[in-house]
Amino acid sequence: MTALAALIRRDIRIALRVGGGALIGVLFFLTVVVLMPFAVGPDLALLSRLGPAILWLGALLASLLTLDRLFMADHEDGSLDLITMSRTPLELACAAKALAHWLAAGLPLIVATPVLGLLLNLDMIATAAVALTLLAGTPALTFTGMIGAALAVTLHRGGLLMAVLVLPLSIPVLIFGVAASQAVIVGPMTFGAPFSILCALSLVSLVIGPFAAAASLRHGLD
Amino acid sequence: MTLIDLANPTRFLALTARVLPWLAAATIILLTIGLYQAALAPDDYQQGATVKIMFIHVPNAWLSMFVWGVMSIASLGTLVWRHPLADVAAKAAAPIGAAFTFLALLTGSLWGRPMWGTYWEWDARLTSVLILFLMYLGLMALWRAVDDPSRAARAAAVLTLVGAINLPIIKFSVDWWNTLHQPASVIRMGGSALDKSFLIPLLVMAVAFTLLFVTLHLAAMRNEILRRRVRSLQMMQASRMAFSSDMAAGSREDNASKEAGAA
Repeated sequence: MTALAALIRRDIRIALRVGGGALIGVLFFLTVVVLMPFAVGPDLALLSRLGPAILWLGALLASLLTLDRLFMADHEDGSLDLITMSRTPLELACAAKALAHWLAAGLPLIVATPVLGLLLNLDMIATAAVALTLLAGTPALTFTGMIGAALAVTLHRGGLLMAVLVLPLSIPVLIFGVAASQAVIVGPMTFGAPFSILCALSLVSLVIGPFAAAASLRHGLD
Repeated sequence: MTLIDLANPTRFLALTARVLPWLAAATIILLTIGLYQAALAPDDYQQGATVKIMFIHVPNAWLSMFVWGVMSIASLGTLVWRHPLADVAAKAAAPIGAAFTFLALLTGSLWGRPMWGTYWEWDARLTSVLILFLMYLGLMALWRAVDDPSRAARAAAVLTLVGAINLPIIKFSVDWWNTLHQPASVIRMGGSALDKSFLIPLLVMAVAFTLLFVTLHLAAMRNEILRRRVRSLQMMQASRMAFSSDMAAGSREDNASKEAGAA
């Protein structure tokens, strides 16, 4: 347990310090959201309708961008081999790493959401809904993305290949995240149904992600 | 003859060489019968002649999921039993499955245009099949991104098993979300909802397409085995050439051989 706590603390500290790149994700998120009004035009009514979708897409891309570093940096300096050989089960270590990554890179995105909501002309309730769905949904993005990160590090290929592998897996999260936020803003649907499916997706990926990532690390590293 | 006996690629090649012509013949015969029956099947009272797209669309859609199932079993073979032909089977199946999935999407949208009034609809079944198609493409990209086949095999196996979660979602999407795509009508509780004049050609076509997949898959596996043999022969030849030039250079001048070795 202490080993896992130490691992989480270490990962968060690395991610937040110089060269960690967790906060670059927030900057990227901001940039993507700011780009959107240039693409669709500064029509406030349209922006407030598209707001949840824009915020979700931005968060998805930002979390994908930072996932690259999840195992790669540890692989480069050799600490990934130590983690693989340590007495702590690799599945738990993977889960701890993903949790640390989410705390360092996912939570800042959610904190930034209200500010970006202002830019997109979202009202209080809509912003809260988007932030809540992001809070429930981004763990799923991190934990499924971890599978892609583990595959990428074993293959010594990152970037584009990882995006191609991870993005299809994240489509359900995107669908239900946006559906739940839209339900609050316009929809006839209730907020509860898509939101509970979103939570279920997060829980399922919480179980599957660490096992799949650990399997691919175990089979892939040599 | 068990699965373990097939682990020897030479034995596998010999067996498939004998089986393949028969499989191909059976596929052609069944496809001919199925297409003939489908052409003779009556027009639907609502859909007219467009109902005949179903005879192509449904087998393709079935196979798009069946192939991923085959790949999942092969991936288990790679990860659990280390069966030497499992990764060959998984690799050979991916492009075929992608083709079936693409055809299912294509025929579906051709049918959807006159019936639903749109080529594409963001319906649960359509979306989940599109995800399946994207995952086939991602898997093929993964196979192509790595030059060492055994390394790529294990990574692809993990991804295939993760992607298998999508299969039940596709199957039950029409029951869970009440959307535009019609619910299951062939295999369901309380017997098929299809009339016999449609059901029999459809089943013949389904069997024919499955045989088509088996034929193409075995042929692709043979090609993959031969491709790997050619590759290892080329690598052996290259290393032999490097070695002999090394020796020749070494007999002439010692320093040159060191340089060649470093290069």
